[in-house]
Amino acid sequence: MAVQAVRATSATGRRWRGVVRVLALVGVLAFVLYPLLWMAGSSLKSPTEVVSNLSVIPEKVTWANYPDGWNYIRGLSFGRFFLNSTVIALATVVANALSCLVAAYAFARLRFRMRRLWFAVMIGTLLLPSHVLIVPQYVMFNYFRWVDTPLPLIVPKLLATEAFFVFLMVQFMRGIPRELDDAAKIDGCSPYGVFRHVILPLSRPALVTTAIFSFIWTWNDFFTQLVYLPSPTSYTVPIGLRLFIDSSGQTSLGPMFAMSVLSLLPVFVFFLAFQRMLVQGINTSGLKG
Amino acid sequence: MALSTATKPRPDDPAPAGTPGRRTRAGRRRHRAEGVAGYVFLSPWLIGLMAITAFPMLFSLYLSFTNYDVLSSWELVEWVGLDNYRRMFGEDPAFWHAVTVTLTYALIAVPLKLAAALGVALLLNRERRGVGLFRSLFYLPSLLGGSVALALVWRAMFGGDGAFNSFLGLFGIQGRAWVNDPSWALETLMVLAIWQFGAPMVIFLAGLKQVPTELYEAASVDGAGRVRQFWNVTLPMLSPVIFFNLVLETINGFQGFTSAYVISNGTGGPVYSTLLYTLHIYDQGFGEFRMGYASALSWVFLLAIAVITVIFFSTGRFWVHYSDGDD
Repeated sequence: MAVQAVRATSATGRRWRGVVRVLALVGVLAFVLYPLLWMAGSSLKSPTEVVSNLSVIPEKVTWANYPDGWNYIRGLSFGRFFLNSTVIALATVVANALSCLVAAYAFARLRFRMRRLWFAVMIGTLLLPSHVLIVPQYVMFNYFRWVDTPLPLIVPKLLATEAFFVFLMVQFMRGIPRELDDAAKIDGCSPYGVFRHVILPLSRPALVTTAIFSFIWTWNDFFTQLVYLPSPTSYTVPIGLRLFIDSSGQTSLGPMFAMSVLSLLPVFVFFLAFQRMLVQGINTSGLKG
Repeated sequence: MALSTATKPRPDDPAPAGTPGRRTRAGRRRHRAEGVAGYVFLSPWLIGLMAITAFPMLFSLYLSFTNYDVLSSWELVEWVGLDNYRRMFGEDPAFWHAVTVTLTYALIAVPLKLAAALGVALLLNRERRGVGLFRSLFYLPSLLGGSVALALVWRAMFGGDGAFNSFLGLFGIQGRAWVNDPSWALETLMVLAIWQFGAPMVIFLAGLKQVPTELYEAASVDGAGRVRQFWNVTLPMLSPVIFFNLVLETINGFQGFTSAYVISNGTGGPVYSTLLYTLHIYDQGFGEFRMGYASALSWVFLLAIAVITVIFFSTGRFWVHYSDGDD
């Protein structure tokens, strides 16, 4: 009897906890989504209602903000910025995927002198902020006459300087059964053959994760692009968006929201298409092993 | 854990180069071939390390003792000894503002962000329908939040006539221009950082899945309530993940730049209130073209981050529990 009573109260207790849990989650969700929805809604609002309006849904939908924002800078459209961003982001994706895969194979599978030391150094560079190196790198690239070209943004990626992806791929490759390497070696494969016929095909999930993250991070990157791309024709989307800071008048807010939405669209599409992979990607790099 | 296993020997690691194996001639030849291949595959990374990381670091150490300014020719560069460092600690009030602002930002935003991440992860840690959707949506700000677009949105939302003040107006509270107020501008940046709690949350969720349910059963048999279970089972079992997130987010916190740049229009204002250290480096190097001084600032930044990392790893021993039992 007593036991039953206890069980009954704990059952109602559990139900209440469930309700509180869901309410809390919905509350958090509102906090998370509101800024995004507000941005999207505001991009369709007319100048009179745009800023202080708390509501997500515009009273009257106007699409004018989009063409206005697209041609906001006289003589130079956002099309140019999108083109520049796309070129840099795609080149970075390819460069990161190739160079980091090759380096990761060495760390994960091959025996060579000072391997442990280099691995420790690689982990060390993982914690090295890019802001520390920006001044000397700028001086160096300026000396090469690379400033105002995409080269300072792309060439370092060809040299596997994104340690995060090297690490991610090392962790991934450790999960590939070593018996496959051994089998390939018995069949006469050299280390290059093992790479070509075993590791490369099996690393596809890690390559996809790297590609997605490379794209999103490069697309959103502001700091290095701000430093290396000073003239308007070489601006990328984030640098173009920066021009909205100076103008805080009511008339430029709608276009600002419109271009903000457009700038986030590619990231959002990637998110929708690969959300599961992105979440797993964090887990592989962060936890497994 | 990622950062600890990195230096720990792993069972599936290839044996260290010196281990006695079968010393046949073919075996030795294969061994040598693998050593060469190792360096062939490593070479892009190694070149990158030397040319893009190590050389610039040493070069900036040299620059930090000069008055280099990019604009004038190399012949005019003067060795100024410790002047840059002296100036930094003695005559540059902005430096101390930058240090204070950065430390405040990291010390407040990082713990709050991790607390939010852990709290939401605990709420989500149930096998229910819809968990995956919630998890993805909560993660979305981590992908978008570092962008210029979101910083612009924040600036509009927390401006004098922004949506946040309209919200406060519903309760009859008179707001202010949060982003233009020296005592509130940094707080709006912190809210933006905390808003991006999704990435550590995903890592916490994965960590929570690893906690063996037997431990909770044992604890509840011993009469531990939910609160006791959280403190005595969940937290210790999760401590490696907490440690990982803490290190990662602190380093990230020190590197905040975009939001501060956008909200203050690159000035770090109002009255230095959003002058993150990275912004000060940028302003001195690329605004004022004091490359020598900016290099000195960078080196102090690097040393500070190194010291903080060492502090983390040495204090971690006292509160991080690894269940493999070898720590």
